[in-house]
Amino acid sequence: MVGCDISSGADRVKKARTLYDKLVDSHLVRKLDERGEQVLLYVDRTVLNEYTSPQAFTGLREAGRSVWRPQAALGTVDHVNPTAARRVAEMPDAGAARQTAYFAENCREFGIELFDVLHPLQGIEHVVMPEIGLVLPGMTIAAGDSHTTTYGALGALGFGIGTSDIEHYLATQTLIYKRLKTMRVLVEGNLAPGVRSKDVIMALIEKVGASGATGYAIEFQGSAVRDLSVEARMTMCNMAVECGARGALVAPDEKAIAYLAGKPRAPKGSLWNAAVESWRALQSDPDAVFDAEVALAAADIAPMVTWGTSPDQAVKITGCIPDPRSEADPGRRRDMERALAYMGLEPGQRVDAIRIQRAFIGSCTNARIEDLRDAARVLDGRKVAAGVRAMVVPGSTSVRRQAEEEGLDRIFISAGFEWRQSGCSMCLAMNDDILASGERCASSTNRNFEGRQGTGGRTHLMSPAMVAASAISGHLADTRGFTDMH
Amino acid sequence: MEAFVNVSGIAASLQAANIDTDVIMPKQFLKGVDRSGLKDGLFHHLRFDDQGKERPDFVLNKPEWRNARFLVVGPNFGCGSSREHAVWGLMQYGIRALVGTSFAGIFFDNCARNGLLAITLDEEKTGWLMRAAASPDNSELTIDLDCQRIVGDDLDIEFEIDPIRRNALLNGLDAIGQTLTFRDDILAFQTRHLQENPWLG
Repeated sequence: MVGCDISSGADRVKKARTLYDKLVDSHLVRKLDERGEQVLLYVDRTVLNEYTSPQAFTGLREAGRSVWRPQAALGTVDHVNPTAARRVAEMPDAGAARQTAYFAENCREFGIELFDVLHPLQGIEHVVMPEIGLVLPGMTIAAGDSHTTTYGALGALGFGIGTSDIEHYLATQTLIYKRLKTMRVLVEGNLAPGVRSKDVIMALIEKVGASGATGYAIEFQGSAVRDLSVEARMTMCNMAVECGARGALVAPDEKAIAYLAGKPRAPKGSLWNAAVESWRALQSDPDAVFDAEVALAAADIAPMVTWGTSPDQAVKITGCIPDPRSEADPGRRRDMERALAYMGLEPGQRVDAIRIQRAFIGSCTNARIEDLRDAARVLDGRKVAAGVRAMVVPGSTSVRRQAEEEGLDRIFISAGFEWRQSGCSMCLAMNDDILASGERCASSTNRNFEGRQGTGGRTHLMSPAMVAASAISGHLADTRGFTDMH
Repeated sequence: MEAFVNVSGIAASLQAANIDTDVIMPKQFLKGVDRSGLKDGLFHHLRFDDQGKERPDFVLNKPEWRNARFLVVGPNFGCGSSREHAVWGLMQYGIRALVGTSFAGIFFDNCARNGLLAITLDEEKTGWLMRAAASPDNSELTIDLDCQRIVGDDLDIEFEIDPIRRNALLNGLDAIGQTLTFRDDILAFQTRHLQENPWLG
């Protein structure tokens, strides 16, 4: 935990407020305790997937309840579907077939729009929602997936919930919500060439630890954040949950407004003008006090990779595997030893000498069009190393189409990557994209947990450009050694 | 939701930090459309080897802790995926309370929605309980939510809990039913909210 000074909710309302406070205050249906720490929070929108929603719909049916506002929910199949090049409606295993069939039945019966696996807009929920303009600044969005924090990149308070709370949302349009503390993460200066937003968030997680922001909502500020594209900000907000944050915000700026302009589901005409005027006021007051402050110097950040089984077990690509014997805390030392044993690594080993068998570009963290362009720049004219199986799984069917229009698919394919259909795929390996035991993967995803990408599989997290560089090299590699680039 | 008032039983300790919900309930148990069958999935790769045989070294496979009702856990327990299956699996195994220094946010809420009591204590008190749970002679505890106490052989620890959460657990309240008593407030808020932000309509 980062040191903090807790001020009560009542104080916050009177004082200068952070953007987070403003978003909670503007969605407060009623206080549930005297201080307003627990509130009934109005939630503007959700997105549903096939694996965390079924029991919520069953619960509604059993209690004879309806969905409060069906037009404020969207369903998209993403977690269990295959990503093979040829799309078919049929699921390859009985569980996935049951979940997608029940999902379709639930959406139909309760009047919720569904992007099924054959839909031209299907994709990973957190890629689909922003790209069609369903995430707007100032909104609250809760969804049954921890990476809902992604939406903070557009100034929306997004956070993950469990299935019971999905049911609560569907039945009431609200959640019982405990106010979080606030943490400002200030990133000033210029990122060095070849350093991506993935490296910034990985450096933050390494610095504060896997629970360093537990109980907090983060707001990213500083010149390095302002310089990032909206999609790059999404990568940071997405992965903020890996240090425990249950909300991660960037105040909407002209880049955010430009990103939304013309998106199919974004407001149009006079509604657009009114919305933009309101969005421009969405920022923390200049004298707002955060409960915790963390600063990162942009110029000091280098491309990062994880070496262990928790996202905070990360080093610069130029570094070495740390030695548990130099860790004073016995608990942490034991966890490091266990992680190294699982990962099959030795203390002191150079990180950029670690050989890989798999390379994966995908996930809600890093499979947007900019991510694919970035990886393709590294791969252009090069070949994946012998003995490496490399896959790219676009974040959505729209991203896949856009990439094909730009010719990126041809770059990936001629480099030796498999060009696949969209889904969560090997980020969590609920479908048939899976690591074999002992296989080591350079992965643009968000979690390096034991068994996450397959039982016994070994995951090294990094940016898509780093995955591309590693795939070509056959070992973890510094993208700056290739045609870089910014 | 199952109520929690006063429960006695064996506590087991799981010291590692950052035990994530992928470890608590691996992916192959997430393909259902109901809550059933998750007892076998709980800590599956810690409990069973690749052939499905029990790993004798894992605490819940040792005879003294096989019927554990409480887990004393390392920091940041339940981090990662939002999957509520992790909590359902713990409940189906028979776990009624968790004690640790910190829990991940989504997991902590999921516990509360299902009648699984998650107690946060400081490092020192968690350490006492960790040591008691690790000793077969001292691992029997009583957790009394009404009095907010954890009592063991030579232990008597008070704990804090959010009053709303405590009340819901003690009475096994249905959160949705409670919230729907505020239906008029929600409707009034929604009408005003959509008028002020018409692009959300």
